[in-house]
Amino acid sequence: MAVTHTLIQTVTVTASGGAANIEFTSIPQTYKDLLFVVSGRATTDNPTLYTYFNNDTTASNYVFKAINGDGASASASGTTQAWFMRVTPSSATASSFSNGVMYIPNYTGSTIKSVGVNSVTENNGTTGYTQWNAGLWSGTAAITSIKLDPYGTDFAQYSSASLYGIKNS
Amino acid sequence: MATKLVVDCSTGVTTEIELTAEEITQREADAAAYAVAEAEREAEATAKAEAKASAVAKLAALGLTEGEVAALLA
Repeated sequence: MAVTHTLIQTVTVTASGGAANIEFTSIPQTYKDLLFVVSGRATTDNPTLYTYFNNDTTASNYVFKAINGDGASASASGTTQAWFMRVTPSSATASSFSNGVMYIPNYTGSTIKSVGVNSVTENNGTTGYTQWNAGLWSGTAAITSIKLDPYGTDFAQYSSASLYGIKNS
Repeated sequence: MATKLVVDCSTGVTTEIELTAEEITQREADAAAYAVAEAEREAEATAKAEAKASAVAKLAALGLTEGEVAALLA
């Protein structure tokens, strides 16, 4: 069974002042799954990147469990927030950006939506952070918009996000 | 003025839009909340590290070797 990835849209922050958030709207309902690829850096020392679906910003509608590693120790975390991904904070290596991938299966369905996420950041070749998230949004509507929102900060210039649609045939 | 990017997937058009006053207020509240949470996390990590160091010192005082202490903490 062929799996096809189709780029729906991609965007790069070009303004030197950055962007408070990036929102993809009117997402086509013609694919089976969605794949998000994010390369991000924050303008402050805050690595938190929230992902909101259909503009639902109610924290209790989201939950995640994460496994975190920094090269020296591992930890687990989780709470009712839409913190599904991390971005490179401003204190990290200059001009370096996070790598994040979010898979969203069955986004047009009428059940609650699960996501699988992997995101990593690097700091001066001495510390690397990786975060694996299992996330859930309790909304049952088809996902028509996705907002990437650096929590209380901005995306730095040259951050980018690409949204792919995936068909199973 | 802070702006956000809205990508309309039906048209392929990306629009840069200024944040509303409400969005700016929310962003400032989020930043403050993060600062508080981060301070709490750092205080907790410091307390945990200090407790661990204290425990190691007490175990050493009881006569355990470094290897034995490391085995206990592994």
